[in-house]
Amino acid sequence: MNWLTQPATPEPKTDPAELSLDNPVPPPSDDMEPSLRPIRKQDFGYEQARHLLWRAGLGGSEQQIRLLVSWGPEKSVEYLLNPDKVEYPWPKDDAFDKNIMHPPTAEEREMYRKAQRAQDEDTLAEVRAERQRREQEDRRQMRDVQKWWLKRLIETPRPLEEKMTLFWHGLFATNYRTIENSYHMFQQNQLFRKHSLGSYAELLRGIIRDPAMLAYLNNNQSKKDKPNENLAREIMELFSLGVGNYTERDIKEGARALTGYTFEDDGFVFEKKNHDTGVKTILSNTGPLDGDGFVKAILAQSACPKYITRRLYSYFVADVPPDERGGDKELPSAQRKVLQQLAYAFGESRYQVKPLLRKLFLSEHFYEARFMNDQIKSPVMLAVGAVRSLNAPVRDLTIVSDALDLMGQNIFYPPSVKGWDGGRSWINTSTLFVRQNTLAFFLSGKKPQGYDSSADTQKYDVTKLLDNADGESLIAKGDVPGVADAMLRLTLGWTPKAGRDALLEFVKSNGGKLDERVLMGMLLVVTAMPEYQLC
Amino acid sequence: MTTPHPFTRREFLRSGLVLASAAASVPSFINSSALAMNRAAGGLSSVPGVPEDHVLVVIQLSGGNDGLNTVIPYGMDDYYKARPNIGIAAKDALKLSGADGVGLHPQLAPLHDLYDNGELAVIQGVGYPNPNRSHFKSMDIWQTADIGATGDGWLGRYFDAECCGFGKGESGTPDGAPKPEAAGPPGIAVGRSAPLAMEGRKIKPVAFESAELFKWSGADIHKTLREPYESLNNRIQGEGPAARKGSNSEFLLRTALDAQVSSDLIRKAVAKKPQTAFPGSDIGRQLGMVASMIRAGLKTRVYYVTHGSFDTHSAQGGAQGRHGQLLNQFAAALKAFYTDLKAQGNDGRVMTMSFSEFGRRVAQNKSQGTDHGTAAPMFIAGPMVKKGVIGEHPSLRDLDEGDLKYKLDFRSVYAGVLEGWLKADSKTILEGTFKPVQVLAKKA
Repeated sequence: MNWLTQPATPEPKTDPAELSLDNPVPPPSDDMEPSLRPIRKQDFGYEQARHLLWRAGLGGSEQQIRLLVSWGPEKSVEYLLNPDKVEYPWPKDDAFDKNIMHPPTAEEREMYRKAQRAQDEDTLAEVRAERQRREQEDRRQMRDVQKWWLKRLIETPRPLEEKMTLFWHGLFATNYRTIENSYHMFQQNQLFRKHSLGSYAELLRGIIRDPAMLAYLNNNQSKKDKPNENLAREIMELFSLGVGNYTERDIKEGARALTGYTFEDDGFVFEKKNHDTGVKTILSNTGPLDGDGFVKAILAQSACPKYITRRLYSYFVADVPPDERGGDKELPSAQRKVLQQLAYAFGESRYQVKPLLRKLFLSEHFYEARFMNDQIKSPVMLAVGAVRSLNAPVRDLTIVSDALDLMGQNIFYPPSVKGWDGGRSWINTSTLFVRQNTLAFFLSGKKPQGYDSSADTQKYDVTKLLDNADGESLIAKGDVPGVADAMLRLTLGWTPKAGRDALLEFVKSNGGKLDERVLMGMLLVVTAMPEYQLC
Repeated sequence: MTTPHPFTRREFLRSGLVLASAAASVPSFINSSALAMNRAAGGLSSVPGVPEDHVLVVIQLSGGNDGLNTVIPYGMDDYYKARPNIGIAAKDALKLSGADGVGLHPQLAPLHDLYDNGELAVIQGVGYPNPNRSHFKSMDIWQTADIGATGDGWLGRYFDAECCGFGKGESGTPDGAPKPEAAGPPGIAVGRSAPLAMEGRKIKPVAFESAELFKWSGADIHKTLREPYESLNNRIQGEGPAARKGSNSEFLLRTALDAQVSSDLIRKAVAKKPQTAFPGSDIGRQLGMVASMIRAGLKTRVYYVTHGSFDTHSAQGGAQGRHGQLLNQFAAALKAFYTDLKAQGNDGRVMTMSFSEFGRRVAQNKSQGTDHGTAAPMFIAGPMVKKGVIGEHPSLRDLDEGDLKYKLDFRSVYAGVLEGWLKADSKTILEGTFKPVQVLAKKA
């Protein structure tokens, strides 16, 4: 059985020559920006390895951090960048039912028409009830898909693959609520995973054939004589170029190029009779362009590598405006140059994501002090990262996924086609309590109010938290200040004095001994610190 | 023990005097929010004509409330033909003065009292084009005020546009982040999660089932955890990255402090028993909490409560029975709410609006219930409302596949509330032009 959409028309092969930019990003005038030099092995210590695991991965445990330190930067980055080399026996069988939301058959349609004509209220009511039953069943399956992905995020030994899958989900945001087809959402998720670290150009071609996206942005309703502009507009505005880099005319012409791109059941189909074969001019490319011609015209714009690079940079390093015109003046000139040079390299590599990220994750720039421990964790990073980095048990995934919703990142339900705003918008007084309380649940097993009152009985052995690879235990030594510092370093990446003082005072007021209860208390306090929301 | 900062939160709360002396040395965000809070404590009760003082309470009737058995069209024979078993007899319907042929369900007697006092508007036949009969979808449509059911919530867009309800142009922070919430967040929803309606781009609502949940749960695990937690979440001065102005660390420290203040404020407010006895129903409890928060002087502009189980597919009853019980809980709670607000002197500041995601089909089904339908009435309560029945009752003959055709777009009602009561620009917020329904008796 197929996990991925089988396009009815073969996916076009990328001809590298086709991809040369019409208006290439000018090669940076000066020499390489110094901060893009690779970080030296001797500069890659605990803090840097931890930073890499959180930013380019999904958080790291004490043991993983130490392992990466011993590997050094190059081997560590290569490990993250090459998920296909990491063995990961994930069940290959398709566990989800693709038939729940199948469109009505010809007979069903006929029956409905008859009932309508005869004003047969009973039959009509039955049809409606059946539709509601299916919708209900599909929402149930959607919850299963959510939990499936969450489990994968928590367990995967290929964290960057999932992190990039989440990036694409945020960029090509599609909301289940609108399309009401859990299987399509699942398929789209697999599409993102397939191209997670591959070619953005290929993914963009895939997305104009993706049933979930085609339904979400109404391209399945786009007809030759009445093109729907939604998909063409959002592709240029949000998925590739950014505002100001195209005209309303490009949208109109782009919409014509995309007519006939639709789907049947679970696969893409190109409806020839609904496709406008006429000549269009999109971003100064003229011809009888189809969807691929539209994508090609976009990929030839210098705005495209710039826009995607900036989105990636915001995701991995620090928030920057999506466009040079949007406040670049505020950025230090070195950072502006980094952005330019990365965008140039991205365009040169024909939109290959891997070399771009390699350059970034190996650069001194990535490890600059001002970026360390100052990114607000997304709800997914908070929850998944906590379980992974603290070796906490995987608790009831329904509760975890509800918590994500309460924290503002219900996966598969982004608030709009713009995706999640991220950054500071994650945090307000209400979500801060949810974040702190979610951690308390992970650690203690005490369920949040509203769930059955029984505690999750999976035990969390906090005494192993700081063990190094040799099984050497700081905790067994009973070194209270040492344990406090190590715990802060693991959870926050540094050791604020206020945290250290509070922990020492807490241990003292509890008898001074590092027993399991006290250690758990220390960890509860640390994970409720405002700094814990950052990575 | 860590040395407490000389100006801790508790001291701000105690008196304005401390504030005055502290003013020179504390960061401005603390200073201004604490001042605002102090004003609030001084009693905002009734300052007529000041838009900042207007409060909107939204009551969501979840599950699809049967509009035809809420406002009874007893003057129409077709009503009784379509509903031989569950129809409400003309003699039982509570007549609405000034309106012919329609009356309230007998269990809505407390609401009828409000009507007679001139404190209730009944808006008939509210809906939208191409009605969606999925609970899920239709609720999203009502909450986003968008027929495609996409985008932010309509109240969220109001918060965004009006800068937290703290007055236009006050959101001052360079990144457009909301102001500290020390005087209460702009929107509070009672419930496990906030409704989509209140989700804005910038402004996110606060939601809690009970005020006790609006706090750190870790302290319940062991009492000795409270002290280190509070000391670490009440820091004014950060170290490391937080010492750098404009850093995310600094922002987190500030929000943590705000959360503690908000949590204290709200829990203290709700802990105070209302002056009026509220019914023991869940909606009674929720409105009791809202009354307490209003009384405590929170600057919150919109409260949101939910009353559920209106999905009466079977055995819904007539004048008595399950649907009637739900209506009675709603009406009794709303009446107690206004009685309490009157005692506080705050009734003139608070408008309440109720809605449901859809009404139900005209004809009863075979299980003595009703299935998902379309248009239904809304209620708007408060001494400021234009008393009476607004709009026309939909025809029971001219149906769309057995469903009522709506007479008034719900977004016109929203526009009326936004323009009339919240003094906001409905075109921006609703992202379209809808003729505002006049909901106020006179200019407020």
